[in-house]
Amino acid sequence: MTAPAVRAPLRRTPVTVALAVAVAALALLPLGYVLVSAGGVGWTGLRELVWRPRVGELLWNTVRLAGGTVLLSVVLGVGAAWLVERTALPGRRVWHVLLVAPLAVPAFVNGYAWISLLPGLDTYGGALLVVTLSYFPFVYLPVVAAFRGLDPALEETARGLGLSTWSVFRRVQLPQLRVAVLGGGLLVGLHVLAEFGALQMLRYATFTTAIYDQYRATFDGPGATALAGVLVLLCVVLLLAEVRLRGRHGYARTGAGVARAGRPLRLGRLTAPALAALAALVVLAVLVPLAALATWLVRGSSAALDTGALLQTTGTTLGLAAVAAAVTTAMALPTGWLAVRARGRVATLLERSTYLGSSVPAIVIALALVTFAIDVTPWLYQTVPVLLVAYAVLFLPRAVVTVRAAVEQSPRVHDEVAASLGASAPERLRRVTLPLLAPGIAAGAALVFLAVVTELTATLLLAPTGTSTLATAFWSASSALEYGAAAPYAVVMVLLSAPAAVLLSRDAWRGATP
Amino acid sequence: MSSLTVTAVGRSFGSTPVLAGVDLHVPEGSLTALLGPSGCGKTTLLRLVAGFDDPDTGTIAVGGRVVAGAGRSVPARHRRIGFVPQEGGLFPHLSVAGNVTFGLPRRQRRDAGRVRELLGLVGLDADLAGRSPHQLSGGQQQRVALARALAPGPSLVLLDEPFSSLDASLREETRRAVADALSAAGATAVVVTHDQAEALSTADQVAVLRGGRLVQLADPRTLYRAPQDLDVAAFVGEAVVLRGEVRDGVAGTVLGLLRLARPCPDGPARVLVRPEQLRLAPPGVGRVPARVRGVDFFGHDARVRLELLSGEAVTARVEGGELPAAGDDVGVDVVGAGLPYPAGPAGAGPVVPSAQDPVPQLG
Repeated sequence: MTAPAVRAPLRRTPVTVALAVAVAALALLPLGYVLVSAGGVGWTGLRELVWRPRVGELLWNTVRLAGGTVLLSVVLGVGAAWLVERTALPGRRVWHVLLVAPLAVPAFVNGYAWISLLPGLDTYGGALLVVTLSYFPFVYLPVVAAFRGLDPALEETARGLGLSTWSVFRRVQLPQLRVAVLGGGLLVGLHVLAEFGALQMLRYATFTTAIYDQYRATFDGPGATALAGVLVLLCVVLLLAEVRLRGRHGYARTGAGVARAGRPLRLGRLTAPALAALAALVVLAVLVPLAALATWLVRGSSAALDTGALLQTTGTTLGLAAVAAAVTTAMALPTGWLAVRARGRVATLLERSTYLGSSVPAIVIALALVTFAIDVTPWLYQTVPVLLVAYAVLFLPRAVVTVRAAVEQSPRVHDEVAASLGASAPERLRRVTLPLLAPGIAAGAALVFLAVVTELTATLLLAPTGTSTLATAFWSASSALEYGAAAPYAVVMVLLSAPAAVLLSRDAWRGATP
Repeated sequence: MSSLTVTAVGRSFGSTPVLAGVDLHVPEGSLTALLGPSGCGKTTLLRLVAGFDDPDTGTIAVGGRVVAGAGRSVPARHRRIGFVPQEGGLFPHLSVAGNVTFGLPRRQRRDAGRVRELLGLVGLDADLAGRSPHQLSGGQQQRVALARALAPGPSLVLLDEPFSSLDASLREETRRAVADALSAAGATAVVVTHDQAEALSTADQVAVLRGGRLVQLADPRTLYRAPQDLDVAAFVGEAVVLRGEVRDGVAGTVLGLLRLARPCPDGPARVLVRPEQLRLAPPGVGRVPARVRGVDFFGHDARVRLELLSGEAVTARVEGGELPAAGDDVGVDVVGAGLPYPAGPAGAGPVVPSAQDPVPQLG
C-alpha cells in the first residue's frame, strides 16, 4: 500500500536540528557580514561609493562577460551534449571524457596558459574565450545527464508524427532540457561573477579584481565592502532569475522502469563537420592549456626547479584539503540528513542556506572573514581555522548534495528496524547510518578535497603568513611573470584535479545529475 | 510475549485524519491481521504501535504497560517490539548472520549456534549465514527479517505487508513458514495486509480498517460469514447482494425465497449470499432461469457470470468440472441461508454478532 506521508517531526531530532542551524548560520555569516557592514556605511555614504563611473565600468564589464559566457556555454554545452548523446558519432565515450576534461584545469591556470602564449588576449574577447572554455562543462554535464534521463519513446513518437530532427529537438527535447540548461547556466553565471584568478591574469577588470585591488591598497575599507555588496546583489539577481524561469516542476517520465536507450541518429554527410567542431572545442579547451603547461615546464626546468619547495607546498595543500574535507563533510551531515528525513520548510530553509552562502563569490567570503576576524575575533585572524571556515562555506553544497543523495538511497526503514531492535541513537549512527552512508560521504569529501586543492582566491586572502599552497605559490610566481617557475605547481594541480573530472564524467554517463 | 491493547487512538497528518478512535485488542500469543484497502491507515497504526510515530489521542499498551499516549511515549528502542518492514528491510552492509544478531547483546552476536537456531526457526538453512542480503531471494529476505525481529525475544512482533512484494509461488510458501515460526515462538503478532485471502488463511483474528476506523474485529470464519456490513462483505470475498422483502424469517428475492441466517424484522432488506452458494443445473421447475453471460475459468473452479430474466446480474462460483458456455440457459439454486441487512433509514446498520456469538450455520 502507499505509505502515508510520515515524517520524522523536527522535535524528534533536536540535536540534529541544532547542529544544522549552526551550520546554516556559519554559511550565511559572510553574506550577513557584508550586508551589515554595507548598512553601517549609511545610505549617502553607500551612494557615494557605488555611484561612480568606475563602478559603472566594472558593472558593464562584469555583466557583459557573465552574459556572453552563459550564452556561449549554453550553445557549446547543449550542442556537444546532443552530439554525444543522440547521434551515431564515432567515439562518443571518448568525446564525453574529453568534454569534461576542462574541469581538471583550474580557470586561473587556463588564463595563465593563454596569456603566456598570446599576450594580446587582455581584452573582452580574450576573457570571454578563456572563461567559456573553462566553464562550458557546467552546462554540458547536466544536459548530458538530462538527455540520458529523457524517454526516447517521446522522440520516436514525435518522429512518428512527422516532425523533422530539428523540430524534434526544438519542440520535444529542448523543453525537457530546460531545467538542466538553466541550472547549468546559473552555475556558469555564478562562477563568472566569482572568477578572480583568470581575469586578474588576463587583466580584465571586474568586481572581483577591483575588490582585490582595493583590499590590497586600503586593506579594509568601505570601498571594498560597497563593491562586494554590488557583486552579491548581482548573484542574488541571478539566483532569483533562475528560480523564476525554472518554474515549479521539472519533467518526469511517466511509467515505471528505466529509460530505454534510443537508436542514435546517423549524421551522414554532417559527420565530418561535427567531428571537426568537437575536435576544435577540445583542442582549445584542453590541448592548448596542456601544451602551454608542457612548454613552460620544459623551458622552466632549465631554471632549476625547486623540488623541495614544490614537495613542501604539495604537502601543505594536501593536508589543508584533507582537514577541510573532513570538517566540511561532517558539517554537511546534519543538513543532508534533515533534508531527506524531516522534509519540510525548515529543512529546506537550512539546506538552501548552505547553497546561498556558497553562491557568494570567494573574494567576498574571504573579505568578510578577514574583517570579521579583525573586528570580532582578533585572536583568530591569520590562522588556519578561519581558512577552514572559508573552505567550508565555499564548498558545503558539494558535500550536502552527496550526503543528501546517499541518505535518499538508504531508506528510513533501516533506522527504524534498528530502533525496534533496541539500538540507541548513537548506536544506530555507528552501526547502521554511517556504514550505509559511507560511500556517499566519501564521494562528498573527495569533491571538497579536490576543490580545496585548486582554491586560489580565499587562500590568497586568508592563508596565514608563510603558508603557501599550490595555488598561491603558482599565483605568486606567475604574477611575477615567472611562467616557468609557476608551471610545476599548475601541473600538480591538474594531476590532482583529474580524478574529480573523471568522477563527474562517469556520474553523468550513468545518468545521475551532478 | 504480551497482549496489545489499543484504545481510542487517533492520528492526523496536517488536517487529514488518518486514524480516528481505533480500539483493538490482540490477545497474548495470537496472530491478528490488520486488513484494509490502501490508505485506510493500517500502516500508520502499525508505526504508532512500534513507536516510530506518536498518536494524537488515545493510548497504546503492551502487556498492560502503557507505551504511548496519556502523556508518555516510550522510545521505540525500549518497547521490545519486533518489526518486519515491507520487503524485509535487511541491512545491506551486514551478512545474514549480522542481520539476525543485530539486536542481541554484543557477546551473543558471535555465537554461531544462536544464528543457526534462529535461522532454523524460520525454516532457513544455516549455510545462508554468511551471505549478503542481495544474494537472497525475496522470500528468504522476509524470513531473515523475521528471524532478526524474533532474536531479542520481543513481547510483540509487527509485520508490515510482509508478502506483498513476493510473487505468487513464493508467497504461499513464505506465508506458511512465517506463520509456523510465529506460532513456534509463541509470538503475539500483528500482520498488516490488503490481501483478504492472506488475512483469512493466516490469522487467528482479523481487524478490518476502513477510512481510519476499525469496522470489525472477528475470527476469519465469522468475518466471512457474518460481515458487519455489505462493504466488509464485498471486501473479504465475492458477494452477491440481492434486494428482498423479509416476511416471517424468509426473504423473497429474485433468486426465490431464501432462508435467513439470523433473525430480521419484516420489511425491505438486502440479502447477502456468496457466489459458491449458487448451484447451476439445466433449466427446470423450482430453479430460477438465467442466461450465462460469461465464464472466467481458474482451473480449480470457475466464476460464471449470469443474467436473470429481470436483467439483474449475479455471479456463481462453481467447480471446474462441467461448465456451461456463454449464451447457455441454466437454472439457479441457492444452497444454504442468506444474510439479511435491513434497509432501514439511512445507514442503520444491522445487529452484528461479535466473535463470541455462535457462528451462523450456512450451506
